Amino acid sequence: MITFDDVVKVYPGGSTAVDHLTVELPTGKLTALVGPSGCGKTTSLRMINRMVRPTSGRVLIDGEDVAGQDEAKLRRGIGYVIQHAGLFPHRTVLDNVATVPVLLGKTRREARAAAIGLLERVGLSEEFAKRYPAQLSGGQQQRVGVARALAADPPVMLMDEPFSAVDPVVRGQLHAEFLRLQQDLGKTIALVTHDIDEAIKLGDRVAVLRQGGILAQFGTPQDLLTKPADDFVAEFVGRDRGLRSLSFDSAAALPVRPPAEAPDLVLDDAGRPVAWRSVGDLGGVFQVTDSLRVVTDLAISSPVGIAVRVDADGRADGIVSHHDLADHLVARRRESASA
Amino acid sequence: MIQYLNNNSAVVLDALQQHIWLALLPVLLGFAIALPLGYLGVRFTWLYHPLVNTSGVLYSIPSLALFVFLPVLLGTKVLSPINIVVALTIYTVALLARTVADGLRSVDPTVTQAATAMGYRRFRRLIDVELPVALPVILAGLRVATVANISLVSVGALIGVGGLGQLFTRGFQLFYLEPILVGIILSVALAGIADLVIVLIQRAVTPWARFQRGGTA
Ligand SMILES: Nc1ncnc2c1ncn2[C@@H]1O[C@H](COP(=O)(O)OP(=O)(O)OP(=O)(O)O)[C@@H](O)[C@H]1O
Ligand SMILES: [Mg+2]
Repeated sequence: MITFDDVVKVYPGGSTAVDHLTVELPTGKLTALVGPSGCGKTTSLRMINRMVRPTSGRVLIDGEDVAGQDEAKLRRGIGYVIQHAGLFPHRTVLDNVATVPVLLGKTRREARAAAIGLLERVGLSEEFAKRYPAQLSGGQQQRVGVARALAADPPVMLMDEPFSAVDPVVRGQLHAEFLRLQQDLGKTIALVTHDIDEAIKLGDRVAVLRQGGILAQFGTPQDLLTKPADDFVAEFVGRDRGLRSLSFDSAAALPVRPPAEAPDLVLDDAGRPVAWRSVGDLGGVFQVTDSLRVVTDLAISSPVGIAVRVDADGRADGIVSHHDLADHLVARRRESASA
Repeated sequence: MIQYLNNNSAVVLDALQQHIWLALLPVLLGFAIALPLGYLGVRFTWLYHPLVNTSGVLYSIPSLALFVFLPVLLGTKVLSPINIVVALTIYTVALLARTVADGLRSVDPTVTQAATAMGYRRFRRLIDVELPVALPVILAGLRVATVANISLVSVGALIGVGGLGQLFTRGFQLFYLEPILVGIILSVALAGIADLVIVLIQRAVTPWARFQRGGTA
């Protein structure tokens, strides 16, 4: 757990970068720090590993004040992915990744052996090991940056816009890979981004900062979408919040009708849906593990206004109409309002 | 010319040898002094401009003037090779202190910050990250200083000290072309070889620099 306890940072020259920040980043979760440029995200991140000293207040990791700890040792125990990767240009990819283990006293040979495995984890084959950073694409460099931060297997990771320097397609891939990795590793992560969509997609928790380093809201992505604390957050989160919030609701709670209630639905011998008798194309199906957003999309795009649910074997096991879905959403809203 | 070389090989080799150490010793001394100076110019930002300005002034002193006045300042004999070594060391420091400072300043701050965030302490960061990354710039400066020193040693002959310049003076005194030609060819060749050696060293120790976009190598 990373704790900010009434932390203030005023830079010489008078600008307040962080203003009385009190927040707890839970252990094993990814907390996204998001906000417009200059709102103190990097500053907050760097107070965790002492690269920036708070003007007042304390930062604690698992209850221990970082201010009392040896800087270099503290930092070797915290993974850091710096904005724009910041790889060492004079070292091969492998030696970049081996950096912290070597600082911690491992032999170069041991550290390199472990680094190969890490490269694989971030989706880089061995052929990249001997290259220099200048011989990599932006996306590959960012992967190496992540591998380098992971190398000493630190329980805490700080990531400053780790996926910013790549195009949206590659970013999407990196996100997916990273979420899979984090699912395995369960690190305590503070991730800075100015992209609210990235924060919502990656964060277990999201801290929205506003200009002047003031915490505007702290909560789950769903909180942000359904209950923005004020106009600033609502505006920052953007339009179609309602639709986006459906991504966080599972279809498991959605009541379905038996497929027999839709005589128009053509099934094959095994009971798998094939088409609509009147209009043809089925348009897609969903499973209980999908989100409400997927179901909504299906119901809207279906030619007959009905989304079909299938079980793990692909057999139709339920149908949901526009109306069912609307009723469910109304009930869901009522529930979350009373909660 | 072959004839001249055959008859005077001892003199020529002696001059060549003297030329080499009169030129290279100051490079080593100057580099050793410039390294900490350049570092200080980066570590304490207010020192950078005084450093650059002083370097500029020192470098603009004509070499002959320095050769003539150093004995007065140092109390050395006019003919002592120490004068040459000290003078060339001053030039080397003037050139390299700035180069080292500029090299270190050329290191991307993101790289330095990344090193700090990984847990490097200041000194090890300098040795392991900042200096190696600055090396292409520093070696380029070293190349210039070495070649400049090799040609400046010849000027020393005007005050009667050393190196291949002796062959020029001797040739002029005797109205004899051969020693002058030999002197010119050898000092040009020496400069060329020194330059080549440094380039090869540069290739060997900074293999990564070739891939750098807009890099120096
Ligand atoms: N070293 C510094 N000295 C003085 N002011 C600084 C320094 N670093 C940052 N600031 C100021 O503090 C404020 C917060 O900076 P910070 O870098 O934390 O913002 P950020 O949220 O990371 O922005 P961005 O999204 O642009 O990276 C800014 O107004 C910035 O100008
Ligand atoms: Mg920033």
